[in-house]
Amino acid sequence: MNSENNTQLLHQKYIDSLKREKKWVRFYQLLIFLLFFSTWEIASQRNWIDPLLFSSPTKIWGLLIDKIQDGTLIANIGITLTETVFGFILGTFLGTLLAAILWWSPFVSRVLDPYLVILNSMPKVALGPILIVALGPGFSSIIAMGAIISIIITTIVVYTAFKEVDPNYLKVLQTFGATRAQSFKEAVLPASFPTIISTLKVNVGLSWVGVIVGEFLVASKGLGYMIIYGFQVFNFTLVLLSLLVIAVFATIMYQFVDFVERKLIKDK
Amino acid sequence: MSFLEITNIHHTYFTKTSANTALSDVSIQIEEGEFISFLGPSGCGKTTLLSIIAGLIAPTSGTIFLEKKPVKQSSHKIGYMLQQDYLFPWKTIEENIFLGLKLSNRLNDDTRKYTLELLQKMGLGPVEKLSPKQLSGGMRQRVALVRTLATEPKILMLDEPFSALDYQTKLKLEDLVSTTLKAFGKTAILVTHDIGEAIAMSDKIYLFAANPGRVHKTFIIPEELRNLTPFQARGHEQYTKVFQSIWKELESLEFRE
Repeated sequence: MNSENNTQLLHQKYIDSLKREKKWVRFYQLLIFLLFFSTWEIASQRNWIDPLLFSSPTKIWGLLIDKIQDGTLIANIGITLTETVFGFILGTFLGTLLAAILWWSPFVSRVLDPYLVILNSMPKVALGPILIVALGPGFSSIIAMGAIISIIITTIVVYTAFKEVDPNYLKVLQTFGATRAQSFKEAVLPASFPTIISTLKVNVGLSWVGVIVGEFLVASKGLGYMIIYGFQVFNFTLVLLSLLVIAVFATIMYQFVDFVERKLIKDK
Repeated sequence: MSFLEITNIHHTYFTKTSANTALSDVSIQIEEGEFISFLGPSGCGKTTLLSIIAGLIAPTSGTIFLEKKPVKQSSHKIGYMLQQDYLFPWKTIEENIFLGLKLSNRLNDDTRKYTLELLQKMGLGPVEKLSPKQLSGGMRQRVALVRTLATEPKILMLDEPFSALDYQTKLKLEDLVSTTLKAFGKTAILVTHDIGEAIAMSDKIYLFAANPGRVHKTFIIPEELRNLTPFQARGHEQYTKVFQSIWKELESLEFRE
C-alpha cells in the first residue's frame, strides 16, 4: 500500500518535472523572439543599422496593415500559395510516377541512371527562362518551376524506397500468383508510403524556392514579385514584409504536411 | 505417375564471377497426403528446391509435374509459408487472410466465410479487424497459415516456418499445423535444419548433402511415430532411435567433406 502510494507520488513528480521543462523551453523561445524584434526596432531607430536597408518591425507592421487594407497582399499570398501547392503536388506525383516506371522496368532504370544523375545535379531554376518562353509568362510556367525543382530528387528517393521493400513481401504475393501491377499496389507502394510522405516535407521547401524564383522572373504577381518590385524601387520594407509572410506560410505548410504524416503513419 | 513428380532437377546460380551448382540431379516422388521434410545443413539447396517446386524460380533443367501438369500452370494450387509470418503491416488481419483470394479474383461470400472459419479453427478469436502488430509471434504465424490455406492449395511448402518462434510456441504450432494439415488431407513439404522437428512432423525425410546440393538419403518414419502428434512423437522411444541414425548420417557427411 505504502510503496504503491510512493510510486504514484514519484510518477506525479516526474510528470511535473516534464511540464516544468516544457515551460522553460517555451519561455526561452518567446524570449528570443521578443529580443530579436526589439533589438531590430531599437537598432533601426537609433541608426545603428541602416534603416533604409533593414527597415524596422514597426514600419513593416504599418505596411502590412496598409497592404491588407488595399487587398494586394491577400491577393498576392493567394497566388503564390496556389502556385506552391500545385507545384509541390505535381512534383511529388510526377516524381513518384517516374519512380514507379523505373521500378517496373529494371532495364529502363539502368538506361536512365546517368541521365537522372545529370538532371539531379543540374540547378533546375536555371531552366526558368526556357520554361517562361515555352509556357508563357504566367501561372503555368511558375507552377512548372515549383514542380520541376522537386521531381528528380523525389524520383531518386522514392525509387530507392521501392527497391528496398523487403523481397519476402513480394515472395508472398508471388506465391499467390500476383502480377507485377498487383505486387506494386499491395506491397511496394504501401511499404514506401512513409518515404513518400517524408519527401513531401522536403518538396514543400523546394517548391517555395521554385515558385519564388519563377515569380522573380515573370515579375507580375505574387510574393516573389513583391520582393523583386521592392528591390527595384528600393523599398526594403516591402522586401522584408514579403520575406516574413513567406516564412510564416512556408512554416504553416510544413506543419500541415507534418500533421498529415503523423495521421497517415499513425500505426507505424 | 505420382501426385508430385520431381525429375532430374539441376539448378545453377550464375554470377559474373562464378557459377554455383545449388542442386544436382534431384528426383523425388511425393504421394497425395504425405508430409515430407527436406533436412540438411545450410547451403544444400533445400530452399532452392522448394522455390522451384512452387514455381518461383525456373530450374536450369529438369521437370516438375503436379497432378500431371507442369507447376508453372498450377501456381494457385501451391501454398507457401516463409520463415517469418510476413503479414502486411498496413493491412488488417482480415485483409491479410483474404489476400490470396483477392489476387486470384476468387473473393466471394463463400470463400470469405470459409476463411473466417479457418481463423476460428486456428484458435484465434475475433482478431479480424486488428492490425498484425497487435498479435504475438505465434498468433501471427497462425494467421499466416490461414492466409496460406485460404486459397485451398493442394500442396503446402513450409520454409522453416517455426524458426523465428520461441521453443514453446514452436512446439504448440507444430502440433496445430500437423493436425490441421492431416484433417484437411493436405500434402506438405517442410524445409528445416532441425532434425527433431523433421522426425516429429513427417512421414518421410529426405536428407540433403551440400556441394552440390543433392538427396543423400531417405528416411521413412516408423508408423508408430506418424500416428502421434509431433509433441507426443518427441517423447516416444522410436524418436530417439531415428534421431540417432539421422545424426550419424549427418556426421558422416561432415567427415567426408
